[in-house]
Amino acid sequence: MKARLDRQTIALRVAKEFEDGAVVNLGGGIPALTANFVPEGKTVIFHAENGVLGFGGVPPEPEQSPYFLGANGVPFSRLPGMSFFDHAQSFAMIRGGHIDISVLGALQVSEKGDLANWTFPERGIGNIGGAMDLAAGCRRIIVAMEHVTPKGQLKILKKCSYPLTASRCVELIVTDIAVVQVTSDGLVLRETAPGWTAEEVQAFTEPKMLISIDLKEIEL
Amino acid sequence: MKTKVFPGFHEAVADIPDGATIMIGGFGHAVDKPQNLIRALRDHGAKGLTMIVNGAGVSGSLGIGSLGGKPFIDEEILLENRQIKKAICSVPASLVMSKPGAFERQYLAGEAELEYVPQGTLAERIRAGGAGLGGFYTPTGVGTLVEKDKEKRIIDGEEMLLEFALRADYALIKAHRADKMGNLVYRGIMRSFNAVMATAAKVVIVEAEQIVETGELDPEIIVTPGIFVDRIVEMPNRREE
Repeated sequence: MKARLDRQTIALRVAKEFEDGAVVNLGGGIPALTANFVPEGKTVIFHAENGVLGFGGVPPEPEQSPYFLGANGVPFSRLPGMSFFDHAQSFAMIRGGHIDISVLGALQVSEKGDLANWTFPERGIGNIGGAMDLAAGCRRIIVAMEHVTPKGQLKILKKCSYPLTASRCVELIVTDIAVVQVTSDGLVLRETAPGWTAEEVQAFTEPKMLISIDLKEIEL
Repeated sequence: MKTKVFPGFHEAVADIPDGATIMIGGFGHAVDKPQNLIRALRDHGAKGLTMIVNGAGVSGSLGIGSLGGKPFIDEEILLENRQIKKAICSVPASLVMSKPGAFERQYLAGEAELEYVPQGTLAERIRAGGAGLGGFYTPTGVGTLVEKDKEKRIIDGEEMLLEFALRADYALIKAHRADKMGNLVYRGIMRSFNAVMATAAKVVIVEAEQIVETGELDPEIIVTPGIFVDRIVEMPNRREE
């Protein structure tokens, strides 16, 4: 088996997408890890749906407080300029287009950019949480995920078979073997993990991808 | 004026009848849950309740949302006591798939009903209810199972769903400080659904970490003006640690 990028490295690649001054909301799992990799010299304002903007990383234990936990339950540090607000305002920010980038995990993504990330039929129940609002409202949706499931099932599909979170919302897919952009012409393979060829990535991707004319190794 | 300060949590929830619709505040973390009011409602025992809540008691027993993973009280104790008929919520399933919660088990067994609401739609439906509106159109949920049976309109070229306002008979709210007029301030992440739900129920019951004299809170920083609040109870151990 060829080496795949680990979760930290996927997060590192995603964080390269953050523009200076961007307002960013991170989902759980790999997306949450991207907070550790904000490029030097750039300032990113993180938004948590439970009502915080502008918080920092995990503080040392003595400074942790139950009043200052992100949506994932992880303590954050208080930074100058941060603010607190209620849920109606928090989601007004999301739907109102005031959040620049949402990084989400996914169970499936379609070639049109449809996203399925809240449940799968066998579970019989699932958590929509804030995912539908984020997917419908944020300016850019970046998916960070492993390219296939642990059982080897494909996740980038012609059409999602799981219940959708939102249709035609995903702009960029960053995985452990590739960076794929969703365009109106279809999926475009932009970058491959070290040692992977376009054909090898295509073998794990159901829709036929276009190959970027400047296809390159994932830049870290 | 009749005092809003109640001597205890049990007195504050004693008139909640069977079949009532109850909003329970917070996102799902320890400090944002009105834990003492939830326990009092469990002891009170009202049955057949509809709860409007972000998470259906899915975080407390797992200790997700507290420091050091310490378990805390949430809606799950009402479910274990078979008091909930229906949940209107965005997070009904356990946060750890291998450890299904009480709501999930009852729902999958056909013993509890569920209305899925995306989190932002839930907050806005409650806000609309408190603001006297009938509903609103939102892009959230278009093309998903949430759009089932909902009116759809194209507004400014974008498909949107009609969502109706939510109101409740009672709201259980957590606040940091309350004055005796019922003015509330929150701390850190505590506003979440608390500040929204405090506007949308006939009877709003607040669990405050501290009750202070009227006039002690700076009017410039009040988040929930006192007219929204009916009952206040002070926590015995003022803070969650």
